[in-house]
Amino acid sequence: MQILIYGTINSISLALFAIGFAMVYGVSRLPNFAHGALYVLSGFITWSFLNAVGMNYLLSIVLSMLATGIIGALIYQFVLIRVRGMEISEIMASYALGLAILEGLRWRGFRGMTYTLPSFIEGSTEIAGVSVDYQRLLVVGIGAAVVALLWLFTHYTRIGLALRGMAQDERAAMMLGIDSDRMAVVAMGFGSMLAALAAVVLLPLGNIVVEAGYNVLILAIAVCIVGGLGSWVGAVLAAFLIGFAQILTVVYLGAHYQMVVALLAIILTLILKPSGLFGQQKELEERV
Amino acid sequence: MSGEPIIRVQEVTKAFGGIIALSKVSFDVHEGEILGIIGPNGSGKTTIVNCITGFIRKTSGRVFYRGRDISDKPPHKIADMGITRTFQIMRPYYTLPAYKNLVIPLFSPRAKRTGGWRGGGRRGDRNTVGIDILEEIGFERDSYVPYKTASTLPTGYLKRLELARCLALRPEVVICDEIFSGLSMSEIASMVPLIERLQMDGITLIMIEHRLRELFRVSNRVIVLNFGEKLIEGNPQEVMADPKVREAYFGSQKVEEVMNHA
Amino acid sequence: MTVSNGQRRKERIDRGIKVRTEGIYALSSLRELSYLSVPRLVLIIGMLSLPFAMPSIYWQRVITITCIYALLALSFDFLAHYVGLVCLGGAFFVGTGGYLAAIANTTFGLPPWVTVPLAAVVGGSLCTLLLMPCLPLRGVYFAIVSLMYPLLLARVIEALDILGGTDGIMGIDSFPNRWVEQYFLIGILLLLTFGVRRLVNTDLGLVLRGVKDNDQAIRASGMSVTFYKSIAVFIAAVIGCLSGAYLVHIYMWSGISQFALDFSILPIAATVIGGGGTLVGPVLGCLLLVPISELLRDFGTLRIVFYALILVAFIIFRSEGLMVYGQRKYHQFERWTEV
Repeated sequence: MQILIYGTINSISLALFAIGFAMVYGVSRLPNFAHGALYVLSGFITWSFLNAVGMNYLLSIVLSMLATGIIGALIYQFVLIRVRGMEISEIMASYALGLAILEGLRWRGFRGMTYTLPSFIEGSTEIAGVSVDYQRLLVVGIGAAVVALLWLFTHYTRIGLALRGMAQDERAAMMLGIDSDRMAVVAMGFGSMLAALAAVVLLPLGNIVVEAGYNVLILAIAVCIVGGLGSWVGAVLAAFLIGFAQILTVVYLGAHYQMVVALLAIILTLILKPSGLFGQQKELEERV
Repeated sequence: MSGEPIIRVQEVTKAFGGIIALSKVSFDVHEGEILGIIGPNGSGKTTIVNCITGFIRKTSGRVFYRGRDISDKPPHKIADMGITRTFQIMRPYYTLPAYKNLVIPLFSPRAKRTGGWRGGGRRGDRNTVGIDILEEIGFERDSYVPYKTASTLPTGYLKRLELARCLALRPEVVICDEIFSGLSMSEIASMVPLIERLQMDGITLIMIEHRLRELFRVSNRVIVLNFGEKLIEGNPQEVMADPKVREAYFGSQKVEEVMNHA
Repeated sequence: MTVSNGQRRKERIDRGIKVRTEGIYALSSLRELSYLSVPRLVLIIGMLSLPFAMPSIYWQRVITITCIYALLALSFDFLAHYVGLVCLGGAFFVGTGGYLAAIANTTFGLPPWVTVPLAAVVGGSLCTLLLMPCLPLRGVYFAIVSLMYPLLLARVIEALDILGGTDGIMGIDSFPNRWVEQYFLIGILLLLTFGVRRLVNTDLGLVLRGVKDNDQAIRASGMSVTFYKSIAVFIAAVIGCLSGAYLVHIYMWSGISQFALDFSILPIAATVIGGGGTLVGPVLGCLLLVPISELLRDFGTLRIVFYALILVAFIIFRSEGLMVYGQRKYHQFERWTEV
């Protein structure tokens, strides 16, 4: 029972990590290796607003999400857009930027265990005999809400539909008058905001550490590869798969193996079914 | 040209998502013949080549080479067995000189095993063998042409280079994908004897073409594809006289007009 | 009759002496011979005399570390610009080679002369095997997986507390004296640099370059692209593991820091600055970057920020790199012509 509950929580956490990355990749085919950096960055921005400026918590969160979204969009607009289309350069450039941000934060003194964000609701409750923090329940709730809202957004709003159109077929979308460069910037902004959302929801569960940036990146990539780059259903499913696998290894083998599970998942997927569970990039299997 | 076909294509179907590029296409290729595959644009000619040579995975259907099932083999294994192809969109190694382009196929296991074209591959120095092959297909030996970088060569030479790349492997089958396209009449005129010479050397050729007049000079059997289906096969005269073929190329209304004004 | 409309265009033409040195005519006179050989001699003599030129032992150590990075940069350049595989985790090779050499030395008591080549070959094979799953796929996957291996291996070692955990393996033998240590490495570096340059012009090298330019044609010629990619990765991995194995004997210690980002990022930055595709450019890039990073050592992880930003700048502005610029100036001259 404990496994079920913590497994679900872990899976939703993974899904939250991956959603921002998946959106950016789905729309503009950019593997955003600065994703983890944006996650940690938004955590620090929230902390700074909260502690250094003394703002209200809710306001800090909202501003931090907006700030991260803007930073992401700016990164895309001024740097990544110039290497658009050259996959390897995109990876190198976004990775280098992510590194610069993460290591820059580390240098600035954000080291160690002293930076935390408070939970939204203190305390815990019991579900079926297992004690669960309210914050963790909130994670599940917010995660489900985010997925639902995103679904509505991409199906019923103009911008959302434009993003979906670009994700499906960029050229067709361009022919319909959708400016693909601008949409890519928007997607990046959104993806960064989603990373920030994940951060503010999940960081209260622990400390703000620079290392988390690398972990989040690896986990997000693992979920997207296993689920299939470009497929939302696949990403959610993969999040659950990896999430439960991680919890199972924690219970039966030890907490250290969590990240190994992620790597194994990637390797297994690449060997067995490179396009992922629900991958749309069938050409990986078609060898043309 | 005896009994068992060298290549048998059996009910090959290929669907790209909702688009059906090939629908239950079946035909045999006999050893030593020159088979033409024709049809209007989009009829699936290049797709069938990709399916035979393993560059695309089939949705269903089988392909047999000398009785062996090669349907699921990767492209390099199929080339290693002796079925080579040219590419419609030419793919030379642009940064290398023309003769170096041939050094690469001469390095392959098949070239080492069979000795390459005319057994030169066994001699060891691939550079000279490359120049020999180029001379055979029409590059002037004593000029600077074989040494020119592939990116600077005109289309006619590049088409021959594609063919040379196939020959370097000492192939049994060469599939030419629109090898006459983009060439002038004189260039085609000089390539036709080359193709006939290849047939005399025992190579089976499958030629996908749009230039029908030139194709009919060399091939004695053609297959017509339209919208992914095989319409008809037979010798050129029968095929061109068939009204379904005319309809495929010209559209039925035009055929009516032509018939009425004839 | 030419009509000038006032527009000018820059034209680049090979220098006369370059054309004269192509082919057998290079031997025709001392002038042509020196045109070809002087740059190479400058490199060789320059590298060999570096240890003498250094004012202190500290700086001699810096030169040695530079050579380690240069080997990594060489392998990165080879993979990225000649085979088309971008390896974002050079630290993977360093760590693997380093730990293997450490084990061979401490557990089995083998001397450095044996552990270094052994770790290079065994490590190279191991790394190639671990990277194999992504070789049949597009280059993106190789980049992703190569990036992750060092990050994950470091965590695994730390978490499982194997192979010395966070303390690392200590008590590794060093080289007999520091002159041997330096000159042997410089020798290896020069040998491998010129060796890889020869390799890319052999028939095998052409096939590897073909994998980058035109892998469909390679398949159509009956050769397995995955197989040749594996060969290329093996070569690069051996060079990388060699440098890692050498490193642990220099420091007499092997630890998680070998999987650190420095070893992944600095070779890339050095290649981009020094000129990708030239195989010598990355070496020069290291000669430039490593001393600078030593000077920045007091600033902590700022140096990684520094490399990362330089890398981004070069990528965005698509600079050609020092060596490519230098080669162009050496071989060609420019002039303005009327359009």
